[in-house]
Amino acid sequence: MIRLEHVSRTFREKNLEVHALQDVSLQVQEGEIYGIVGFSGAGKSTLIRLVNRLETPDTGTVRVDGEELSGLKGKALSILRRKIGMVFQQFNLLEGKTVYHNIAIPLRMEGRSKAEIERRVSEVLDFVELGEKKNAYVSQLSGGQKQRVGIARALATKPKILLCDEATSALDPQTTESILKLLKRVNQEMGITIMLITHQMQVIQMICDRVAVMENGKIVEEGNVLDVFGQPQAEVTRRFVRTVINDQVPETFYDTIRSENRHYRLEQLKFIGDTVNEPVIASLCRREGLDVNIVGANISPMQGSMMSVFILQLIGDSEQINAAEAYIDKSGAIRKRLIIDWENRTVTETA
Amino acid sequence: MNWTDTKIFGVKWSRLLLNIQQTLYMVGWALLIGTVIGFLLALALVLTRKGGILRGKAAAAVHTVLNLYVNVVRSVPFVILLVTIMPFTRMLMGTTIGSTAALVPLVLYISPYLARLIENSLLECSPGIIEAAQAMGANVFQVIRYFMIPETLGSMVLALTTGTIGLLGASAMAGYVGGGGVGDLALTYGYEKMNTALMILTVVILIVIVQLIQLLGSFISGRLRAHQS
Repeated sequence: MIRLEHVSRTFREKNLEVHALQDVSLQVQEGEIYGIVGFSGAGKSTLIRLVNRLETPDTGTVRVDGEELSGLKGKALSILRRKIGMVFQQFNLLEGKTVYHNIAIPLRMEGRSKAEIERRVSEVLDFVELGEKKNAYVSQLSGGQKQRVGIARALATKPKILLCDEATSALDPQTTESILKLLKRVNQEMGITIMLITHQMQVIQMICDRVAVMENGKIVEEGNVLDVFGQPQAEVTRRFVRTVINDQVPETFYDTIRSENRHYRLEQLKFIGDTVNEPVIASLCRREGLDVNIVGANISPMQGSMMSVFILQLIGDSEQINAAEAYIDKSGAIRKRLIIDWENRTVTETA
Repeated sequence: MNWTDTKIFGVKWSRLLLNIQQTLYMVGWALLIGTVIGFLLALALVLTRKGGILRGKAAAAVHTVLNLYVNVVRSVPFVILLVTIMPFTRMLMGTTIGSTAALVPLVLYISPYLARLIENSLLECSPGIIEAAQAMGANVFQVIRYFMIPETLGSMVLALTTGTIGLLGASAMAGYVGGGGVGDLALTYGYEKMNTALMILTVVILIVIVQLIQLLGSFISGRLRAHQS
């Protein structure tokens, strides 16, 4: 649906060169929700704007629905852009106009009749659950309602693709959740492919099928959301995953762990979805010569599935612990051994 | 005898009314024509500016030329402009005398001024809105028609109000070329014949006109911006 190949873009400001995008390639399949996460300045905004040609690459190609964008001009460009809706962090609505007026604009630009416009506006307003606000002025709405209007406006012309530029970043957590649910419905009920950029890992966790992590103009990691969350490779990805899933040893447990004077090892276990069918922890507890102390646990819903992280203190002699480790690895859980540096109170992970 | 033949502070009522009418005629037409030219100039300035919708070398060149034109014309004091363009005025209107002839310098003077004011108003339209418009597939004309103008109309009305009052001041000087008007009355009958009472009367009339324009402008702008945050 969307295909970027070896795309680079550099901005020049006087003597300063900013490499916003460096040799970026990615592919978004029809019908999926594709998220791009990164800290500000990573190049996400430039990347998403390539898709509706608000930005053009210096090198590389961008294809939407098989069509190369570089040659598009005038009318052809307008037609492409009508296939692609866009939603913004700051909504970018005409604040002094009514909800109806705002949503009608893209339809008026297409030259639709008044009756058609009336019908379509009502349709999309009902979809975003804002039917009763049709004649309200945008300035009277809350942030969440404004974003619903923004989404309705983007949907008015029946696009195939929806681009979301930090669509929930200006909203409080509760409103964010409701907007994300709405986007999920847009994807599932209307079959619209969604590409979004965000710095909130929660957004990726809640609605994305696949994710790309960006840093300094490059994609450092890409894959299924469950895989990336389960086994993040790049350091920046780990930092992002940690913002939503706590896989750390709680500091308050440090003393408890340290006060254990028998031989022990700390292990981090991750269970993703239903890949593990055995009751691993229960079985561990039943093993002869092994004591299990749970010092951290976190369960997060994700993609209609679940990801759980446990931090266990396995107490026993080396032989017993080795056997336990082998058992865990065989079960399909993702295991990492943790070593705490008591001097600096830092934790390192080893395989 | 008609009441208009009676005198007030040494001039006939008919004369006073005629001069008020001349002022309104000059201001009205100069405002109308000046607004059209000023608006087009402002649009061109906004569209071709750095980071504007129209990009490239040609746009930058147009911007430089228009910017220079606006600055140069705005630097010339109106009285000087009035006198120096007389040949041009004659060429265009066949005469340099009368309210209609005075329209030429007035329009020439006020259009760059209005262009600047309207340019400032148009720039109030946030880049985000323009980006949203482009993302919807709007062409340049549609960006202006559906986004820039509706978003900044209230502000533009205020800008025009300020411009109109500036125009009123300039029209007073148009009396110099036989354009008539309230300012002319003040100069030739009031100042030169040392008729202080008449001078004060004309100033009061001007104050009233300015007040009315400002009231009207603020009212319309207020209505247009009623629901803007």
